[in-house]
Amino acid sequence: MEFFLQLVINGLVVGAIYSLVALGFVIIFKSSGIINFAQGEFLLLGAYVFLAIVAQAHVPTLPALLLTFAFATLLGLVLERVILRPLIGEPIISVIMVTLGLSSVLRAIVQGIWGTDTRPVPAVFSLDPVQLGPLPVARGYLYSAASVAVLLVALTLFFKYARPGIAMRATAASQQVALSMGISVRRIFALSWSIAAVVSAAGGILLATMRGGVDGSLAILGLKVLPVVIVGGLDSIGGAILGGLLVGVLENLAGGYLDPVFGGGVKEVAPFVALVLILMVRPYGLFGRVRIERV
Amino acid sequence: MLSGEFHTTYASDMALFETRRARRALAVFIVALFAIPFAGTSYWLDVANRAAIAVIAATGLNILTGYTGQISLGNAAFLAVGGYTTAFLANHGVPFLVACPASGVVAALAGMVFGIPSLRLKGLYLAMATLAAHFIVEFAASHWEAVTGGVAGISVPAPSVFGASFADDRRLFFLTVPICVGLLYFARNLFRTRVGKAFIAIRDQDISAEVMGVEVFRHKLLSFAVSSFYVGVAGSLLAYQARIISPENFPLALAIDYLGMIIIGGLGSVLGSILGAIFLTLLPEILRLGTSALSGSFPHLVQLFTPLKVGVFGLTIVLFLVFEPDGLADLWRRIRNWFRLYPFSY
Repeated sequence: MEFFLQLVINGLVVGAIYSLVALGFVIIFKSSGIINFAQGEFLLLGAYVFLAIVAQAHVPTLPALLLTFAFATLLGLVLERVILRPLIGEPIISVIMVTLGLSSVLRAIVQGIWGTDTRPVPAVFSLDPVQLGPLPVARGYLYSAASVAVLLVALTLFFKYARPGIAMRATAASQQVALSMGISVRRIFALSWSIAAVVSAAGGILLATMRGGVDGSLAILGLKVLPVVIVGGLDSIGGAILGGLLVGVLENLAGGYLDPVFGGGVKEVAPFVALVLILMVRPYGLFGRVRIERV
Repeated sequence: MLSGEFHTTYASDMALFETRRARRALAVFIVALFAIPFAGTSYWLDVANRAAIAVIAATGLNILTGYTGQISLGNAAFLAVGGYTTAFLANHGVPFLVACPASGVVAALAGMVFGIPSLRLKGLYLAMATLAAHFIVEFAASHWEAVTGGVAGISVPAPSVFGASFADDRRLFFLTVPICVGLLYFARNLFRTRVGKAFIAIRDQDISAEVMGVEVFRHKLLSFAVSSFYVGVAGSLLAYQARIISPENFPLALAIDYLGMIIIGGLGSVLGSILGAIFLTLLPEILRLGTSALSGSFPHLVQLFTPLKVGVFGLTIVLFLVFEPDGLADLWRRIRNWFRLYPFSY
């Protein structure tokens, strides 16, 4: 029982990170219908830029955070303008490929500048674990859980009450109608890309701090999170967060109980098996908008 | 006087070759192709074989993605299925002429299994389902050690046909290129048939296709099967060329490479898959030559080779999608038309 509980708690805290990364996907998909396969590289770039500002330019942590977020905003704006906008109206395969191509370019830039060695990240917060009841939980996980909670509330309110948020939902529903209501669809796309880039940069910094260092393997999370967004439904913020927790728990339980049977690796593949099953039963995810189009 | 080509019968409109000259030019080209093994060094023959294998796989993927409109991120998995089937059969004494097509058939079956979600899924979601297929096959490849040899890999004996061994790249060329040409011929012809036209109808509008009497699900599955057969044969040849295969031979990056080939070459064009596959196979080699030539004046350039390769690959895809979305095939068509109508092209 204690083993089970440990696995569930571990799953929940890892899941909180997944939720944070998944939010980036959902924000972009919700307004523009694009899945950004370069999300993992956004994390990576955010972490490295933060590292460069703190460790090389010796800027204190808080201004460095703000600078990183400013950089991420700019990155989102530029990428949307230069790469994504020419592809409006192109088939979905082109959009998928352009974000895949983008991920290669970003990874190459990061590798070219910072190399492949793991770089230590100065701790933004203390790394001593916190006792949560009988179980020790790493402090970083709590911070990520807290930022996920804050983001959940903020984004839900944003999409519900703020003008740009409502405009984003309108754009997602129908770009033509949104345009005729005086919403600048281009500005909405740009906004969603920069918000997603900022959320990803925050996730990257959290992850890098928790690992104590940053290297290229951070970007793998961009792929690992795909089952999360599918499980939760691509256009649901609550779904992304719950999906993250579910996948985190599933992964840890599968790893804990099945890895000894198969000799490892189940942890990595279990979310994808669940992904196929869920797609077969509920193709729009657990909380996604039901859009039945069956042929 | 006629300027340009005018098709006055359906037969000439549907013909495989537009003109007699095109047929002759192709014949000369194929004969010239077989001069390569006598002229090339073993390094370039290795590149040529890899290019031929890539052409087969890219054509298969183009049948599924370019012609039928079903996005697949799982083609490296089907390549692995083909490769491991070959390794298993060849180690049990099955000759090349049986093992190679058999690998294609097994891959086709695997493709159909993972094609079943396409009944309900389209676009992005299908891409996700096939991505899951990739990770599941990768898991099987590294854990089903009795068949696959696990992470350490499994060795494959040299292919032999009727007692003649094709051990090195020079000889292997005489297997890969004829198979490649044959499969390309089949692909070109496929899209002159009822089934091929049904694929195209599904890509253009699946609901209209259904209304016109195309059995959409059957043809989607068939497309997965044909496509995976091609990819499986490519996997088989890859196994014979590499002589030892492990899960590392089939990373997700490879699946993205193949998608890049058909994007750069041109979706829905057999010529496009050929051009794209050759282009992306040669690109790293040219980069390698370039960096080693410049390494005298810029010594740290060699360390930058890997990121450079990745970056140039991604940049090429992005640039093609933004500026030349119909790919090399369309570029080639425009250049040809310009010369054909010269000097009165407008």
